[in-house]
Amino acid sequence: MTWLLVMIGAAVGAPLRYLTDQQVRARYTTVIPWGTFLVNVVGSLLLGLVTGAVAAGAADSRLQALLGTGLCGALSTYSTFSYETLRLAETGHRRIAAANVAATLLAGLGAAFAGAAIARTVWG
Amino acid sequence: MHDPRHPPLGGPPTPPPPPPDDGATRPAEDTAPPDAPHGAQTAGEPAPLPPFLGRPRAGTRWEVLAVVAAGGVVGASARYGAALAWPTSRGGFPWTTLSVNVIGCALIGVFLVVLQEAWKAPALVRPFAATGVLGGFTTFSTYAVDVERLIHDGKTSTAVGYLALTPLAALIAVWCAVAATDRALRGRRSAA
Repeated sequence: MTWLLVMIGAAVGAPLRYLTDQQVRARYTTVIPWGTFLVNVVGSLLLGLVTGAVAAGAADSRLQALLGTGLCGALSTYSTFSYETLRLAETGHRRIAAANVAATLLAGLGAAFAGAAIARTVWG
Repeated sequence: MHDPRHPPLGGPPTPPPPPPDDGATRPAEDTAPPDAPHGAQTAGEPAPLPPFLGRPRAGTRWEVLAVVAAGGVVGASARYGAALAWPTSRGGFPWTTLSVNVIGCALIGVFLVVLQEAWKAPALVRPFAATGVLGGFTTFSTYAVDVERLIHDGKTSTAVGYLALTPLAALIAVWCAVAATDRALRGRRSAA
């Protein structure tokens, strides 16, 4: 049952990541992979909220499986982030590659902390 | 600019160029920056924009969304299975998530190089395997929230170690995978 919830969450999260990336690339012409940045930050914020809600007893573990492991897990990605960073560095955009890593880590962690803090305030 | 060898990760699939049948048809590596081998740094002007910046073609095909979703289900299931098989205790170092992310980064490096240089795969293979399976297998959000939980629980040194080790290992993994695959395929081509 839990496994099914993870699968349903992932079946939504992965296409959402793809569509976000498509939309961002259609709107902005830039060297920075903002699409991947965006899904990772939003995924971290949402997972912080969900994990905080479950820890506070406001939601059960099924929500964690559906929205956390499934949706947020598939929405966010480390492989694309790493590959895009490598491609930036290889094509002569080393500073942007370094900035991409720093910005993703900073914003992603900030989002996770913010999500957890909001969850503790609301449900704690 | 568009680098034919390294198209957008999530872009609508385009048929990969036919692999060269022998070394002679391969463009000279030092003359064309877009064909520079992985890891090569071209001197002077920065190379053309990385391939994932290319604008997507109009419209999104439903079958692409479907294979991305199916791949995401496979990847997330594998990640969930790994978490069940090798659970991380509260406050412990999240070795399972770290391993999942590093393995996923290595696999995407191998896969995308093979796909571009050696395998004329059907158009939906890339969105299924790269965007779907490997994108769904690896996770950034769990990494970020694990760091937050460790700090909240007072496990600061574990948190800092995990925070630094994951991106370092992930980038080394993708770099080594791309370089090794590139070298292996080139060796095979020149031996042919």
